[in-house]
Amino acid sequence: MTDRTDAIVIGAGHNGLVCASYLARSGMNVVCLESGDEAGGMAAPRSIGGNYHFPGLAHASHPVSAAIRRDLKLDQFGYVPGKAIDTIALDANGQHLTISENSVVGEGLSEKDENAYPKFREQYRVFAKALRPLFDNKPPRLKNMGFADTMTLVKLGWNVRLGLGRETMNEFLRVAAMNIYDVLNDELDDDRLKGAIAADAVLGNAMGPRTPGTVLTWLQRLQGELNGSMSLQSGGRSQLVYALTQSAEDAGVSIRFNTHVKKILVENGKAFGVKLSNGEMVKAKIIISNADPRSTFSDLVGAPQLDTMFAHRVTQIRGSGVVAKLHLALSGIPEFTGLTESQLGNRLLIAPTMKYVERAFNHSKYKECSENPVLEITLPSLHNSALAPDGHHVMSVSVSFVPYDLEGGWEEQKSTFAYKVISQLGQYSPDLKSLVVDHEFLTPRDIEEQFHAVQGHWHHGDLSIHQSFMMRPLHGAAQYDTPVDGLFLCGAGSHPGGGLTGLPGQNAAKRVLKLRGAK
Amino acid sequence: MTIHHEHFRQPLQRSPFHDRLVALSKTEEWAGWNSYKVPRVVDKLSSEYFAVRSGCAVMDLTPMEKYRITGTDARAYLDRLVTRDISALKPGRVTYVVWCNDDGKVIDDGTLFQLGEDDYRVCAQHHQLDWFLMSATGFDVQIRTETHDVAALAVQGPTSCSVLTAAGIDGLDNLRPFGIANLKCGDVAVTVSRTGYTGDLGYEVWVEPTDALQVWDAIFAVQGRYDIVAMGLDALEMVRIEAGFIMPGFDFNTAESTVRDGYDRSPYEVGLGWVVNLDKGHFTGRKALIAENARPTRRCLTKIVVDGNKPVGEAFIYNRKNGKQIGEIKCTIWSPILKANLALADIDYINGKLPSKLWARFDYQRELKWRSAWAECHAQSKPFYVPEHRSTTPPARF
Repeated sequence: MTDRTDAIVIGAGHNGLVCASYLARSGMNVVCLESGDEAGGMAAPRSIGGNYHFPGLAHASHPVSAAIRRDLKLDQFGYVPGKAIDTIALDANGQHLTISENSVVGEGLSEKDENAYPKFREQYRVFAKALRPLFDNKPPRLKNMGFADTMTLVKLGWNVRLGLGRETMNEFLRVAAMNIYDVLNDELDDDRLKGAIAADAVLGNAMGPRTPGTVLTWLQRLQGELNGSMSLQSGGRSQLVYALTQSAEDAGVSIRFNTHVKKILVENGKAFGVKLSNGEMVKAKIIISNADPRSTFSDLVGAPQLDTMFAHRVTQIRGSGVVAKLHLALSGIPEFTGLTESQLGNRLLIAPTMKYVERAFNHSKYKECSENPVLEITLPSLHNSALAPDGHHVMSVSVSFVPYDLEGGWEEQKSTFAYKVISQLGQYSPDLKSLVVDHEFLTPRDIEEQFHAVQGHWHHGDLSIHQSFMMRPLHGAAQYDTPVDGLFLCGAGSHPGGGLTGLPGQNAAKRVLKLRGAK
Repeated sequence: MTIHHEHFRQPLQRSPFHDRLVALSKTEEWAGWNSYKVPRVVDKLSSEYFAVRSGCAVMDLTPMEKYRITGTDARAYLDRLVTRDISALKPGRVTYVVWCNDDGKVIDDGTLFQLGEDDYRVCAQHHQLDWFLMSATGFDVQIRTETHDVAALAVQGPTSCSVLTAAGIDGLDNLRPFGIANLKCGDVAVTVSRTGYTGDLGYEVWVEPTDALQVWDAIFAVQGRYDIVAMGLDALEMVRIEAGFIMPGFDFNTAESTVRDGYDRSPYEVGLGWVVNLDKGHFTGRKALIAENARPTRRCLTKIVVDGNKPVGEAFIYNRKNGKQIGEIKCTIWSPILKANLALADIDYINGKLPSKLWARFDYQRELKWRSAWAECHAQSKPFYVPEHRSTTPPARF
């Protein structure tokens, strides 16, 4: 039979596409079922009012790994990592800092920090590199370890001990489980600089700089930097998801859009297909879910098909989204006090001090919106003029920390809060408000609805230490296979987590092929 | 449930039958059972034992953990909870069940009563509320503890049917083993099930705590006509071993209280493979049990008869005299009715099989002087004592 489906991938987000492509390139007949009308998930472009186009939820990212680029022939399908950008830490008095991977410049910055920053950054890149074997492979099982698991740990041990050297290793072990707040206070003085780094360390997670384990989240973020510099998703043809979609289709993946999976069908502990919302059944022996692990297990599989403790652990996954997205359609280029027009193409951060970030986070803990949220601002149309009508521009703003379960509900307070964010931007760009033509504000609740991410969490679960590596998303499903035979996970909820890396998808595909070959 | 802040003044609770037991107690030997004060021996161990085997013994069962499970998904919930196929269970019937954790290790065993449509009671040895609630994720069920809301008496022994009938409970004649009947004792509503932990003919009477003493008094009012004896835990231990019933937490470590790897036990390892149905659909522990079932048996809690009449006590089991240690006795009694040393022993299998020779090495005292001895042991697959009258319907009248 030629139309036999070997594997179903649920969700055509970027990890789903990576996984499907790898499987199809290994000769499997793969169907990818996507509930929306286009691929890409959170990395898919969006439009408002028909004329204003945005790169999607993930607006700034690092390039995907060289292996994925090569294996999936992404360059052949038009993938071009965007122009490297810097981060500009905005200061209310116009004394902004320009932060790159190797330097920091700005008014009022001490010579000491100017010298300390590149060293600090380099040291943490070295740490991140030492952790690399953990990211490129399935996390090892600690019990009943196989050869591959042992090798991952040997490589990790080798990297940490011999790669780092004794002194660096000691420093690594000292800081690995610390919070970024204490580490930055040890290393640097400048509030603006520390605020910007701290904001990056916790971005997307329900954590503040003082939360334990935020050094680890910072190191996870630095993994991307090992692939290349940060750039903007430009929303054009070179955007990652276009190349991934074409690569998948080229490999023979059949992507079905507007196809909503309602249930994963399980009999006697074995997945054998999916049921769609229209009642149709699609059968395959291998089902790979790019959906959030919580919805995969609790909704698609259902607790009755799982063991008690596992089903319970699923309900305990920590991951309440804290980032909202504000898209602004502008009738011109906004002016930012103290910034030249050419600087506006960078990533602008409003996180002036670490305490500011911590305070903003505190509100979200108590189901409140901060009056002073952390903002990550980009103007993608400066990189790709096709995104907006002539002379017009689009601004994409990630707003942290915005609670999923706002006290009193989002319905009434959404537009008030969006207005507050625009007003806050106005402190740095006085003319912005007058340029706004249209806007879209996505709260974590909207993100949950539109992207099927439980509680609107970018990473399908916090990247906290107890939900990382061999505990991601949870014990019993941390090697991409799950307690349900034939059911795999390939999304951000799996190791190594969120971000436009494609690594969960790649690792999951390797795991599927390995277990399939073992049969 | 109300929280009694004064609970510390009375560490062990009193069951509704407590005053009657105090009045009867000659030994004042009390023990704690699920936070209740219960007699180990009320008067004399031998008379309590023989009452079960040749008369009628009455035991306060109130401390037994009782859970009420109701709701539209109650059946599906229980089916996922326990290892046994319960599809044949009907209202008015009871079945013996065991439940496991994800690793297929036994958490506890108990009896499952179907009291009505979507209405069940589970009686367990140990506290289970946390596990039962955790298991409820994804099911439309209500689970509550009713240990303290239902008083219970075990009325056990060959004359138990006649005793209860004489005490004014009509309608027991046609109640089959594992059946439930809603009856009257005078003007008190009682639920009677033909169940027990003695291996003899016997009933369990379930009643509102406020009506409990009326039932007790009605039973003991016919004491002149029948040999009716209040029984404590020690006699129960004797008869349950004779009947081959296991006691989780004593004969083996229960799964959720085990810390060390390999110290917990699967149903197969405690002789409960017959209540595991791997083909019934998903249940907690199924995957682990399928894997275990495919492997050779590693060990099993085994019924053994130990030669001789010296008390065996705690002893190691060997594959021959002075041979390799392959197990240990978990509980043992001298059976007065069988005139034999009975025991349940945790024995390592060799190549998936029970070793053909079993020897116990044990220490015993003779006039306070310790001696060592070897005794050969004989494994039994059937319960040690299975009287015919246990399952006869209607039971013989006395």
